Amino acid sequence: MKHLPVYPLISFFIIIAIWAIVAKYSGFSANVLPGPIIVMESFKELILDGTLLKHSVASLYRVTMGFWLGVFLGIPLGIIIGRIKLLKKLLNPVIQFIRPISPLAWIPLAMLWFGIGDKPAIFLIFLSSFFPIVVASFIAVESINPIYFQVAANFNLTRKELVSKIIVPAIVPDLVTALRLTIAISWLVVVAAEMIAVQSGLGYLILDSRNALRMDYVMVGMIVIGIIGLMIDVTMYYISQSESIVAAKVK
Amino acid sequence: MGKIKIEGLTKHYVNRRHKRRDPGDENGYGKIINVFKDIDLEFEDGEMVCILGPSGCGKSTMLRIIAGFDSATSGTVVIDGETVVGPSPDHVFVFQQNGLLPWMTVWQNVELGLRNIKNEALRNETIQEYIDMVELSGFEHYFPSQLSGGMQRRAELGRALAVNPDILYMDEPFTGLDYLTHLKIREEVINMHTFLGKTMVMVTHFIDDALIMADRIIVFNESPAKVILHKKLEYSRPRNIEKDPGLSDLRDEVFMMLGVSYVA
Repeated sequence: MKHLPVYPLISFFIIIAIWAIVAKYSGFSANVLPGPIIVMESFKELILDGTLLKHSVASLYRVTMGFWLGVFLGIPLGIIIGRIKLLKKLLNPVIQFIRPISPLAWIPLAMLWFGIGDKPAIFLIFLSSFFPIVVASFIAVESINPIYFQVAANFNLTRKELVSKIIVPAIVPDLVTALRLTIAISWLVVVAAEMIAVQSGLGYLILDSRNALRMDYVMVGMIVIGIIGLMIDVTMYYISQSESIVAAKVK
Repeated sequence: MGKIKIEGLTKHYVNRRHKRRDPGDENGYGKIINVFKDIDLEFEDGEMVCILGPSGCGKSTMLRIIAGFDSATSGTVVIDGETVVGPSPDHVFVFQQNGLLPWMTVWQNVELGLRNIKNEALRNETIQEYIDMVELSGFEHYFPSQLSGGMQRRAELGRALAVNPDILYMDEPFTGLDYLTHLKIREEVINMHTFLGKTMVMVTHFIDDALIMADRIIVFNESPAKVILHKKLEYSRPRNIEKDPGLSDLRDEVFMMLGVSYVA
């Protein structure tokens, strides 16, 4: 019993209770505002017929592909920008200009360029993660204590060693925080993108369910989105608490 | 192996915020702040040199220039006949604080200078030797944040000594240590110097430390810093300031020079 997350369970229980009460006494019909029991039944239904799995996998696939693309391109670029002042002067204004343009605004162009399906969604996720990661990376690089560079020079570290032994480990704590936030944004974006541009995924499930006037399925979709989002965040949190990352946080 | 010659060393900064032209200054950028001007010094091989001065007088700046991290406005630093153009593992710098890489364990930090030894057994043996030398046996796999201040300082010394440098530079190495640890580490550094015979240049503002540790003591006054005292101390070790009248008088003199007239 000791390892049960007691407090979260209590608060979820309270939320479900409030939901049940609101659903019962709100005056809305069960079609418009289904209560928790109905939704749980529909949840079971959608698990059993494989729909939930299919759409969850589709959404997760897109987020994973787009996010990792953003990470593998964004972090190196961020590090380079952080180290070369001239590059920062050149690229920063452009980055800060494109970054606030909501990925959703890119949907029309994305659909023209990539069609319908996984590709435009992955592109949108990429956009939503790339710019924040580049910025977080160069800010992290700039805040590295200059003493570490002096130590590196003192011990004749090569350029490769400077990156692998100094820069990357130094920025990992800040980056993990940034990645945690960025992946949350990506998860939001994928759902929105799927409502517009795609034929599968949890966002699409919600849209499709609404068109079929099945609000209970809509809520199932929402709950699954919340659960997966929570699991992603918890995973990132545990990564951020690993021993070497915590140790490196002391500046 | 560790003979340092400093000639005409000058360093100034330009404060761009203060645009008023000084008479005789050739650039219109701002006010020139002289940190020090035309410093000439010579240290012999194997000496423990202590550079003493009030905070902000430029002694740390000078040490960084000597070590090659910064460049002087004019003048040269020549070590064993070669002009210093940058840092090198032959002349290792021990920082005031935060010199240890926090994402590496003690072992990995000490390994930093030894990473190019191809023979793994030899490398591990050497790393262990230096960790034992600074009395951190058992703490090999601790991260710096898990160590006390004194242990961190020892780890950094271990890392520095592991590359067997000709010269060790120390910038206020006892910063942040409690009194007892300070005294203990001070004793360990003195023993290290006696045992290894390396040239050591230490910047400090602790007058007693300089008197107890140095073969050569150099005192600076405030910015623009000038040498107001330069003396070789030939007292035998271990030294006791209270019991040796020569040292005791010197202490009074230095305190007076640095503007502290009542000596505790």
